[in-house]
Amino acid sequence: MQAQAGIPVRRETAGEWVRRRLSSETVLFYVFVSPWIIGFLVFTAGPMLASLYLSLTEYKMVTPPRFIGLGNYELMLKNDLLFWKSLSVTFTYAIFHIPLALAIALGAALLLNQRLGGMPYFRTIFFLPVVLPAAASSILWWYMFNKDYGLINRGLELFGIEGPAWLALSDTALWAIIIMGFWTFGYAMVIFLAGLQAVPAVLYEAAEIDGGGRWARFRHVTLPMISPVLFFNLIMGTIATFQVFTQAFIMTNGGPANATLFYALYLYNNAFTYLKMGYASALAWALFVIIVVLTTINFTVGRRWVHYGN
Amino acid sequence: MLQETASRAPYVAARPASQRRARVRLARNALSYAILGLLSCVMALPLFWMLSTSLKTYRNVYAFPPQWIPNPVAWENYAEALSVVPFPLYFRNTMLIAVLVMAGNLVTCAVVAYGFARLNAPGKNLLFSILLSTMMLPGQVTLIPVYILFQRLGWVNTFAPLIVPSWFAHSAFSIFLFRQFFMSIPHELTDAAKIDGANHFVILSRIIVPLSKPVVATLGVFTFMGVWNDFFHPLIYLQDQSKFTLALGLLSLISAAREAGAGGEAWNLLMAGSAMVIAPMVVVFFFAQRYFIEGITLTGLKG
Repeated sequence: MQAQAGIPVRRETAGEWVRRRLSSETVLFYVFVSPWIIGFLVFTAGPMLASLYLSLTEYKMVTPPRFIGLGNYELMLKNDLLFWKSLSVTFTYAIFHIPLALAIALGAALLLNQRLGGMPYFRTIFFLPVVLPAAASSILWWYMFNKDYGLINRGLELFGIEGPAWLALSDTALWAIIIMGFWTFGYAMVIFLAGLQAVPAVLYEAAEIDGGGRWARFRHVTLPMISPVLFFNLIMGTIATFQVFTQAFIMTNGGPANATLFYALYLYNNAFTYLKMGYASALAWALFVIIVVLTTINFTVGRRWVHYGN
Repeated sequence: MLQETASRAPYVAARPASQRRARVRLARNALSYAILGLLSCVMALPLFWMLSTSLKTYRNVYAFPPQWIPNPVAWENYAEALSVVPFPLYFRNTMLIAVLVMAGNLVTCAVVAYGFARLNAPGKNLLFSILLSTMMLPGQVTLIPVYILFQRLGWVNTFAPLIVPSWFAHSAFSIFLFRQFFMSIPHELTDAAKIDGANHFVILSRIIVPLSKPVVATLGVFTFMGVWNDFFHPLIYLQDQSKFTLALGLLSLISAAREAGAGGEAWNLLMAGSAMVIAPMVVVFFFAQRYFIEGITLTGLKG
């Protein structure tokens, strides 16, 4: 056949193979994504490994890091009461904030999803606090919770209740921050609303024909259909809880008596107040492990209740 | 419940049933509006209270019962806030950072997203799943080495640590959103240009980007909001008060308000300053609300 065609077919040389592989599209792809690859190596992957190494050292910036093995982790788990305190503060916040905020967000989304006039205006008002700078919102809520002049206590006075000095008491300070957190439910609400609008009307009609009441329709149509967005909000809410920083930094700086020492704040204090970069790196990796575990639990449990349609 | 009985007995007394149904619907709508109205008040009240306090005299801040409409109106609080904290300077700093971050983020993320959307290569799927997983990575894990890196480079107390990462396609969210949009653009639109010999950079800049205005707007407002509202990064990287951004400048405002308040905080001053930092964001939100909502919706439904 080769002779017939008169064209000598020879095997590709290794050099040619490489050149062909590197030809236009592959090379172009890597040229296009190179900014991200470089950024990922310099600002994400490299620093992750570096912080893993630093977490095994004592490093106070002035002298080079000194390798101490698992010393930081041992200290953290055995002798650092503030580590446990910051975990309990963060988890308490999560346990009260996440379910209630999701419930409010879903409730508001259900109300907004009706075919009634004026809904965009309500949506705007509910969503507005989400876009405001956390530092400014924190100053506002610091004032809201002021014992004598804050709006919260003045509102309670109307019912004859004398409000506490919210942010100055270790019993109430965390509650103040939890209450403030509900102000930004609009983020989850917008996602729920999009999820609700994507539920095919046919399903509701079918349920109605089958004699399903409002609750049955919610339970057996709405809830399964929006379970993916509920799941998304749950994951994002969990991760966001561990980033709570600005409110605590501005309103209470972790006090009183560490009652609002959120994990992110404790990590910041170690890194940038006490300059314990090694220990702070260990705290960061502990946080990473906690988030991975929580996300895995969410995904495992989620497989049971999250319904992905086609 | 009433609906249920009505639909089960369609032959009996059809008219009263439909009237009853209409009445139930009316009651339900009224209840919906009542709840929404109440919730709106609760949500808006803090902002109204902020505005009201920012215009009160020192004496009236402590008045009892509280004044809702300040009388007299103390516009001078805003002048005083401006005199104790250099907000115009902080505004310029914030805008400079915001413009450079927006440019870097939009340009580099669009280029990277084009690669993921329109080009094929071995390893692409792996890279894309790594990219997506970085969205869930808590910032603290990379924080300290990145800080040390910038410190070694002598960049602490400059704007560089706040700007440079955005020029390396640092936002997985932006890349993801761009990619989703680019993939939805029909190939027919770019095939003709390809036949004419246009290379991929030309296709991206002349055809794809002009078609992607909505996603550019969405990411533009999100990036702007991210810079405007960022408190943490300016806090760790900026030291001179003259370099502060608006969000960080609120710290200067707090200490100024402590001095002015003699023993307590001068709340009217704090509210005036905070209102000035919030106001531009509120304006951006009202003009670009659609883009905020779309951006969040897209990540929520496809993420």
